[in-house]
Amino acid sequence: MTVPALELEALHKNFGRVPIIRGVDLAIAAGERHAVIGPNGAGKSTLFHLISGRLAPSAGRIRLHGADITFHAPYEINRRGLARSFQVTNIFPRLSVFENVRCAAMWAMGYRTSLWRAVEGLADLTARTEHVLEQINLIDRRDLPAGVLSYAEQRALEIGITIVGGGDVILLDEPTAGMSRSETEHAVALIRKVTEGRTLVMVEHDMGVVFDLADRISVLVYGQIIASDTPERVRANAAVQEAYLGTAVATPA
Amino acid sequence: MSAAVQTGVRGAARGRGWARTGLWLAVAAVFLVLPHLFPSGTGLTTMSLMAIMIIFALSYNMLLGQTGMLSFGHAVYYGLGGFLVVHAMNAIIGEHLPVPLVVLPLVGGVAGLVFGIIFGSVSTRRGGTAFAMISLGLGELVGASALILRDFFGGEDGITTNRTKLLHVAGFNFGPQLQVYYLIAGWCLLCMMAMYALTRTPFGRICNAVRDNPERAAFIGYNTQSVRFIAFCLAGLFAGIAGGLTAINFEIMNAANVGAAPSGIVLLMTYIGGVGNFAGPVIGAILITFLQVMLSDATEIWQLYLGLLFIVMVSFAPGGIAGLIAMHAPVWRARLLHRLLPAYALALLLGLITFAGAALALEMAYRLSAGSEGGTAFRFLHVPVDAASAAPWSLAALLAVPGFLAFRRVLPIVGNVWATTLAEARQGRGR
Repeated sequence: MTVPALELEALHKNFGRVPIIRGVDLAIAAGERHAVIGPNGAGKSTLFHLISGRLAPSAGRIRLHGADITFHAPYEINRRGLARSFQVTNIFPRLSVFENVRCAAMWAMGYRTSLWRAVEGLADLTARTEHVLEQINLIDRRDLPAGVLSYAEQRALEIGITIVGGGDVILLDEPTAGMSRSETEHAVALIRKVTEGRTLVMVEHDMGVVFDLADRISVLVYGQIIASDTPERVRANAAVQEAYLGTAVATPA
Repeated sequence: MSAAVQTGVRGAARGRGWARTGLWLAVAAVFLVLPHLFPSGTGLTTMSLMAIMIIFALSYNMLLGQTGMLSFGHAVYYGLGGFLVVHAMNAIIGEHLPVPLVVLPLVGGVAGLVFGIIFGSVSTRRGGTAFAMISLGLGELVGASALILRDFFGGEDGITTNRTKLLHVAGFNFGPQLQVYYLIAGWCLLCMMAMYALTRTPFGRICNAVRDNPERAAFIGYNTQSVRFIAFCLAGLFAGIAGGLTAINFEIMNAANVGAAPSGIVLLMTYIGGVGNFAGPVIGAILITFLQVMLSDATEIWQLYLGLLFIVMVSFAPGGIAGLIAMHAPVWRARLLHRLLPAYALALLLGLITFAGAALALEMAYRLSAGSEGGTAFRFLHVPVDAASAAPWSLAALLAVPGFLAFRRVLPIVGNVWATTLAEARQGRGR
């Protein structure tokens, strides 16, 4: 069997004495689009914080392409090829849109903290940045400070920052939260396009988006995964219906 | 993207490159010409000091403006750089080593860098308030050591040296202030160019990202701690060069040079000039040095006015002078600046009246206080005044109170004129 792109093993996280993640085991194959769903407070964002190194787990292991990344710092995990977006937009508000994306590409492209090269002279860096700006449809906004963009544009920029580094495992935390219907459709097309050939793990509330995008769905309830399967089987799963989805989804109109 | 557009972008980049070269040539020309415009002793001394302070303030802004690190102890690296240069000069003189004076600021730079590495490894582990507090503590530590370690710092008298005793190259002995000015100006230009170039490197850009959002910077592969550390060491390097030039300029360093006062002044300069713009600290260094020289001649409580200026800037123009100028760029481009001038002139006039009244009251209060030994009679703007009489106090109140009330009335009007003019300027550009 091939090594999973991302593997969680008996993962626990307590805040004080309150258990939030209560033993999560999950293996996500390379190239898979995987959605994590669950009711509010189920621990979805906490799970992402654990995987990306923002929080340290109380117990359990996390492996990226077979290598243990438990207790590694966020920047180390990112350098190993895992990039994430945030539920609450987390960009560089005073930097230009172009600068936001370019900064996110610099480390991965080997320029790191170089002290002797002018960024404007780095043609490959500029090209990669412009390519992503075109993908996320913000090329016309490139010189604006990111802080003045509209909400949907900032969400697109958030995705651009996440993918430009070329990480092969992408974590998106509610990428369409707060978007209108048409913005959501656009975002789904964008996510499909930019995660082509990569492993995608996303937290999402919009069931339309989830069933549209995901190859597999995991349902997280009270810090435990109660089902992890294809969309069809998750939809049919009685426990899932009871715990989270309600009966409406089981009988689509 | 089409080839034509790409060529256009490259052409624009080349255009910007030429514009930059032109700008640096212009700065060099200004440095060359200034001594001919202000050849007096005071003029040369002031300009030498300004050039040193430009380096110091720019190095400070590598921390505050570029990386978002508020330091209360930047004079540590400036002062230690200066002391190392004084000691190096004395050693070179003592051993008759063939070292020309021009390279000595490098010793200061290396000293600043080394102490930056030592202290930075402690203080840059965390950003924000923790960094600010540690910088304050380190500043106090070194400031106190300077008074205790008399052999190295020379106590309150300081350590003196003689810059003319070093190897003379091409007939320059650096006795006259003009030669020292050119030495400082050359180093200033070099440091400005280097620090500007740094802002354009991947390192410089990631500093801005760490300033804006350190958390996100970690998730795009950057160790924010090491970014802060590198910025801190480089800021120490340039502060050390500034300190070395101070040592050469005054031929003396004393404990006050590493203390809290220069740490505070450099913060003031940088902030008043503007932290968000590369030119800001340059403007601040020139203006504050000028005020220091001029005000300290005119009044003994000049530091109070400097403090007032700082408070006014922090409250009303957090972008500093450079920020104010940058704000007016769209209006300037739309050729609408003349619309603003009447309102500005009125506000300025009322502001000056208020300030004159307040300054008169402050000066009189100072004469009446125990700290003043010159009696209660003095000259205010060349007019004889006696602080012990009632008439000047009434005048001060008559100027300050109605002036301030009228100023407050005018401010919203200025705001309105500004808003409509800016809107029109933006619209005009859209058309």
